Amino acid sequence: MFSEILGGALIGLGASLAWVGARRIAGVSGLMGTLFSGNWQRSIFPLAFLGGLLLSGVVLRGVSTFGSAPVPIWILALGGVLVGFGTQLGSGCTSGHGVCGVSRFSLRSIVATLVFVGAGMLTATLVALRGGS
Amino acid sequence: MKTLLVAFASGALFGGGLVLSGMTDPRRIQAFLALTDAWDPSLLLVMGAAVAVHALVLRLDARRAAPAASTPPSGKIDKRLILGAGIFGVGWGLTGYCPGPAVVSAGAVQLPAIIFIIAMIAGMALYHLLWARLQSGSSSSSETGLPSNRASTIIDI
Repeated sequence: MFSEILGGALIGLGASLAWVGARRIAGVSGLMGTLFSGNWQRSIFPLAFLGGLLLSGVVLRGVSTFGSAPVPIWILALGGVLVGFGTQLGSGCTSGHGVCGVSRFSLRSIVATLVFVGAGMLTATLVALRGGS
Repeated sequence: MKTLLVAFASGALFGGGLVLSGMTDPRRIQAFLALTDAWDPSLLLVMGAAVAVHALVLRLDARRAAPAASTPPSGKIDKRLILGAGIFGVGWGLTGYCPGPAVVSAGAVQLPAIIFIIAMIAGMALYHLLWARLQSGSSSSSETGLPSNRASTIIDI
């Protein structure tokens, strides 16, 4: 319980630093989408932010909270394409809408968050029932 | 240089928080999303804490910054938003990965996350290089194709 709250607080601090220090929204899919804009001036922040994310994984790789769902490769690939396309069409993911947008009381983000959590719950519940896990 | 440091540090903080909170474990994500007997709602605490901290900092920041800088975007709730969020949710539920934790897990050399990210980038490319261009080609309405200047300011929220 404490690790969830402490981890969440760190996530909030990271998003806050991005906004106060650089006036950028710490939305991972949004920042990745910027890389497709061809605007290299605006891509510096996303690239360095993604570098920080990667580094945290490298440094903390010994921590046991990494794990893999027993998911076949084709499901990983299908899910990846859906996440990539969906986050660009819907302008955000768990970080952009769920953390940054909800913190701003953006109605768009609150609605998006309810929709993706709802769709995720429906999907994961069906998968769990079919798999019997 | 300052932007570079701020971006790198915020990414590292954000990623550290994702690992500590358990968001980088797809099994925990699926245990949260699957409404079975083994439902684990504890990840709600992660979002709760993140939003509490961030909302507080935004409020303090708005007092000293120009008000316009912290005004929430006034975009509409349209089909794009609902459909996109729905498609994202299905992919999230199938794999247990969303973009942030997948990038952190790739840094920790988790092979499933790396496969997921390659597919995710393909999905993003499909949108930006094909879908968005087809949409803006067939219609000049700002509803369907987000103008690039607007996209850069409200891209996520």
